Amino acid sequence: MRGATHAKWAACAVAVALAATGCGGNGGGGGASGVVSSSWGDPPNPLEPANTNEVQGGKVLDMLFRGLKRYDPRTGEAKDALAERIDTTDSRNFTVTIKDGWTFSNGEKVTAKSFVDAWNYGAHLKNNQRNAYFFGYIEGYDKVHPEKGRPTAETLSGLRVKDARTFTVKLTQKFSTWPETLGYNAFAPLPRAFFDDHDAWLAKPVGNGPYTVASYAKGSQMSMRKWEQYPGPDKARNGGVDLQVFTDNNTAYTALTAGNLDLVDDVPASQLKNVRADLGDRYMNTPAGIIQTLSFPYYDKRWHADGMEKVRKGLSMAINRQQITDTIFQKTRTPARDWTSPVLKKEGGFDNTLCGEACEFDPAEAKRLVAEGGGIPGGTFKITYNADTGSHKEWVDAVCNSINNALDNDRACTGNPVGTFADYRNQIMNRKMTGPFRAGWQMDYPLIQNFLQPLYYENASSNDGKWASEEFDRLIDEANAESDAAKAVTKFQDAEKVVRDEMAAIPLWYQNGSAGYSDRISHVTLNPFSVPVYNEIKVN
Amino acid sequence: MGRYVARRLLQMIPVFIGSTLLVFAMMYALPGDPVRALAGEQTVDPAQIAQMKKDLGLDLPLWHQYLNYLGNLFQGDFGTQIASGRPVADIISDAFPITIRLALFAFTFTVLVGISIGIFAGLKADTLRDRGLLVLTLVLISIPSFVLGYLLQYFFAFQLGWVDPNVSTEAAPGELLLPAVVLGSLSLAYVARLTRTSVAENLRADYMRTAVAKGLPRRRVIGVHLMRNSLIPVVTFLGTDLGALLGGAVVTEGIFNVQGVGYAVFEALRHREGATVVGIVTLIVVVYLVASLIVDLLYAVLDPRIRYA
Repeated sequence: MRGATHAKWAACAVAVALAATGCGGNGGGGGASGVVSSSWGDPPNPLEPANTNEVQGGKVLDMLFRGLKRYDPRTGEAKDALAERIDTTDSRNFTVTIKDGWTFSNGEKVTAKSFVDAWNYGAHLKNNQRNAYFFGYIEGYDKVHPEKGRPTAETLSGLRVKDARTFTVKLTQKFSTWPETLGYNAFAPLPRAFFDDHDAWLAKPVGNGPYTVASYAKGSQMSMRKWEQYPGPDKARNGGVDLQVFTDNNTAYTALTAGNLDLVDDVPASQLKNVRADLGDRYMNTPAGIIQTLSFPYYDKRWHADGMEKVRKGLSMAINRQQITDTIFQKTRTPARDWTSPVLKKEGGFDNTLCGEACEFDPAEAKRLVAEGGGIPGGTFKITYNADTGSHKEWVDAVCNSINNALDNDRACTGNPVGTFADYRNQIMNRKMTGPFRAGWQMDYPLIQNFLQPLYYENASSNDGKWASEEFDRLIDEANAESDAAKAVTKFQDAEKVVRDEMAAIPLWYQNGSAGYSDRISHVTLNPFSVPVYNEIKVN
Repeated sequence: MGRYVARRLLQMIPVFIGSTLLVFAMMYALPGDPVRALAGEQTVDPAQIAQMKKDLGLDLPLWHQYLNYLGNLFQGDFGTQIASGRPVADIISDAFPITIRLALFAFTFTVLVGISIGIFAGLKADTLRDRGLLVLTLVLISIPSFVLGYLLQYFFAFQLGWVDPNVSTEAAPGELLLPAVVLGSLSLAYVARLTRTSVAENLRADYMRTAVAKGLPRRRVIGVHLMRNSLIPVVTFLGTDLGALLGGAVVTEGIFNVQGVGYAVFEALRHREGATVVGIVTLIVVVYLVASLIVDLLYAVLDPRIRYA
């Protein structure tokens, strides 16, 4: 076997070559002492605060900016950050006073104007900011961002700078919990440099948060370093964070297990079985402000007919949520018991008894309700979902399976995949849905209002199923006008009960955020938006 | 020769325009709205979508968009990405060097190891070592690249710890060795088989007997007389193979975190970034055309009977 010996020799030569480079290739991950390396995906949008609505850009903004309020990483409660106080007497006119002594990392003072200019920029149609609608409650929004045609004003008439540290805000309607929305990144202040030399700012953003941008190589890495002069109480407890781009969460996880990366904030589904063995207690799985539901096309007469609420409730009761979350999602999701999220906590309006029996698995009752409501329209329906992201196929098939078993009908429910997310959204916008469709909602701010109004208020921005209820709308209006926070939450829950009684959308499960980290670092937590709280991480 | 090359280069122009038009039209025909998809699950108002489309020229009819694109292209402007506003030229100049490095490694590996195995097996056709090597190549052909990728990653990175499992963003040459081996091993099997068959056949040719009869040293008989004639089919294969390698490899790049062309195209497709896809695919087409031209020219070098005028 001379050939075999030669083959062996060749294998060894390759191995030696690999070993030699292996020695040279190390050291890419750990970095200088005290710096955390973390997985990242390149944000699809430019890193403007009012233009970032996804988690990758959110990570950077969370380190780079502090706004008037900040959501407590543990409780989700909106606490004053730059705001000294926000006063109102009528829940509509607010006077905002900013704390003294805050500056941007380039030395510029943070003033009332820094906020007002930033908000005006974010709201204006010509700037194409994705979060523009956040400013929709401020008076004058319809002038700078009309639904049709050209803007007729340059600035929001509801914003007035009174002096260096005070400005007033006038809203279009009463909205008592409005100050609590101000922790969202879109409301961050911006330095003059942002407006004066926009391209330079985008290439190396400057903010007022605990970190500064040391270098930014678009598409590969962003190095954030601790800002020593940061005036706030939540100073960075590490030397910096290197955000590294990976092709997908699998390669990032591989890098973590190989010791080349300190933190991944998205453990791939395929690794969930191994994650306990690989990481032990360095794996986290905590509730995130995301709920998955099934929406219905109320523009379709068949789903709008009388008695259909019984059918929808029946379908809800036909879904074995526990089994699906246990097996398909490996307990990274929790069966939904209301239409909000556990991150709100009880005080914030989360109530895991609100859905009650309508969210319990009861096949016999389900079958009875569907029959009583007149049966499934057309005898069969399809659940529409997009097939390109998030492995939706598995759970849609499981949900259909569960419904078919409960109804004793093999053909009651089937999945209807749409190739791409873009096409899926298109079909929804054009009201092409003929049956239930997947709807995921990630909160913008931890308020019960954010889980209800945008989704179920008549003609609201994300009311994709075009559900409408006068009673619901009335209760939401009342809740927004209520100045006492606890009473407002109760009103919102009353409105949520209308959603329940009509079964406007079937709640499926709450999604968790997951993260894994190396033994180099400790004190890792995820905030309610499932973004790691970077400034609290300690490097051992 | 010069005229031949000039003619071939001129022929590239219609191919170039045709392929850009095709890819452009296909991107346009894809269902869904890339601007709407930017906002993800969140809401976005129609006024803003209309405004963005107008800014990007996406509200124009297909022919107008295409003419705009070609016009810009001839001024050296590949366009910008819809989402990030980043110039496509930037993305290309980030991704191509990495892929070129990876492709050259994989190519070198294919050529050196593949041809060696081929000659080695072909010289003693139908012996045990020939059969053994044939089985080896068969195994390589039948294993999908992702299996091989994960296997090698598991052994060399996790069990033996010789290399890092991932390629960092700088994509240093050493880190690219493992992915290059994975990427090159399929073509390696083909090259080995092609070489082996060709060598085994040519060994029986008249000119070989003549060369041996002349009393030439064995090294010269095999190295010059045999090799030169046996390499023509191999070179044909290698030419297109180099083109394919430079086109990027989505699966292998994905496993090893190589942020090269394959990854860039895949991401752009996912986000419906038309200009990016067209730009990169066009470049890949050009690479293919140049590679096949080089192959044709190499024929003349290998076989003096072939002349180009």
